[in-house]
Amino acid sequence: MEIHKTSWPMRILVFVLFVYLLAPVILVFPLSFSGDQVLRFPPSFWSTRWYSALFANSQMLKAFWTSLSLAAIVTVLSIVIAVPAAWVMTRLKFTGRDLLFNLFTAPLLLPTIVLGLAILIVFASFGLLATMQGLVFAHLVVTLPYALRVLAVSLSTQDRACEEAARTLGAKPLTVFFRVTVPMLTPGIVAAAALCFLVSFDEVVITLFLTGPRISTLPVELYNYVYNQADPLVAAASALLILLTLAVIMIVERAMGLGKAFVK
Amino acid sequence: MSAAPALPRAWRDGQLAVLLLLPIALINAIGFILPVLNLARYSFNRSRIGGGIEQVFTWENWVGLLSDPFYLELVLNSVWISLAITLTTLVVSYPIALYLHRASGSWRTFLTVLVISPLLTSAVVRTYGWIAILTDDGPVVSAIKALGLPAPSLMFNIKGVFIGLTEILMPYMILALMAGFGRLDPRVEEAARTLGATPARTFRKVILPLTLPGIALGCLLCFVLAVSSFITPKLMGGGRVFLLATEIYDQAIVTLNWPLASTLSILVLIVFGAALWAYSAVLRRLD
Repeated sequence: MEIHKTSWPMRILVFVLFVYLLAPVILVFPLSFSGDQVLRFPPSFWSTRWYSALFANSQMLKAFWTSLSLAAIVTVLSIVIAVPAAWVMTRLKFTGRDLLFNLFTAPLLLPTIVLGLAILIVFASFGLLATMQGLVFAHLVVTLPYALRVLAVSLSTQDRACEEAARTLGAKPLTVFFRVTVPMLTPGIVAAAALCFLVSFDEVVITLFLTGPRISTLPVELYNYVYNQADPLVAAASALLILLTLAVIMIVERAMGLGKAFVK
Repeated sequence: MSAAPALPRAWRDGQLAVLLLLPIALINAIGFILPVLNLARYSFNRSRIGGGIEQVFTWENWVGLLSDPFYLELVLNSVWISLAITLTTLVVSYPIALYLHRASGSWRTFLTVLVISPLLTSAVVRTYGWIAILTDDGPVVSAIKALGLPAPSLMFNIKGVFIGLTEILMPYMILALMAGFGRLDPRVEEAARTLGATPARTFRKVILPLTLPGIALGCLLCFVLAVSSFITPKLMGGGRVFLLATEIYDQAIVTLNWPLASTLSILVLIVFGAALWAYSAVLRRLD
């Protein structure tokens, strides 16, 4: 085993760059306890007034519940739709399989601003603008490619011997799928679900095109709020959102290791 | 064991595949293919005042766009700024990626999580964080004032957008670089050093060439994301920074000129195509 010595200037440089990378995420925590009326750092005094203001803001609360239920519905649907699709993509051989896989993951390549406009124009004629169904559908367009990709990787690296054994012992294909394949796939499903949840919960550009006064999500409300005024209210909301994200990350880390889920 | 004939088995598999792929195929067709084709069609339609369109075939949008100095400047500006942001992102990401590549064990895992976590945080939250940092009463401007230097204006102009967007793109660049660092074997570096190369020379002659594929991939990814970035320029630009993505949104939502917004979107895709072409040209030369 060789230990690579990193020189001190290099270590300091990396540390400074990490500070730059994490500064905006870290700063919102102290800022959320600001007692000032305006954005000022360091705050002139500390308080929890912005948390109180946040929980008294009915529009934000409503948007939060919309986002939460939207993300939950989208996550469940993504898994239900993507698991069979990923199974077909990894277990059956047919012509055009790679082409289909590329087509199904292609929405990720399109910039969200273009996809948002494209969906807006089509949804306008379907009457799906500013509806929950419309938002669920639009979010599925972006979450399904993530789910499909993560699940396909998990399935293709899965040991096939257990499936073979179950089949040899007389289990029917459906039994093999539900009693062997799916249980072994659990880490992949957890990772895919967490990813879909975060993508849907944080999605803002496409959603911005499809929401209105009737229905809005938390990121869109936060965007509108910051666009109009910048005070520490959003810092309080951001701090809570980051904690939620951390909780989801920890679930994934427990299930399969974050490095494996993303770097691969 | 049942000895099913081969042909019906394959046929049954085919039916099963179609059935299982139907939901994802439908969503892909209705939510992706149809909207994008429709977008291309809209760029050849005429817009009516107030949001409607006339279903005629016309080159008006394209001719208007390409002969209007405002839009030509908008496109050039967007491409130029995105390139500059991409290069800056590369410079600030490379040391982190190299350090992570050399780290091992739980320290590496911890740092990788730190790199990925901003990626999972909403762009609105991170942009807001930058607004808080760069605002006139923020820590950066206060520190510069405390040093007795003239206070710079970092918000509502391209400087703020530049600083914020670079940070927002860093995780993508770091992950792309790390993916490309696989070929970088520490023993090769060791060999170069043992044979008497200075650290700078080792970097230039050994490390850099070996990591070029990762650099190309990271640059492609960040350029594409920078050209289409919307939240950061919109919130940090304060309506004074005009880029392709913000203009698409304004045309679609404020002016309600969908044909023009569609034309600008197709233009973004053409810029993407050019970037992809440049990327594959670079890869070909590397091989």
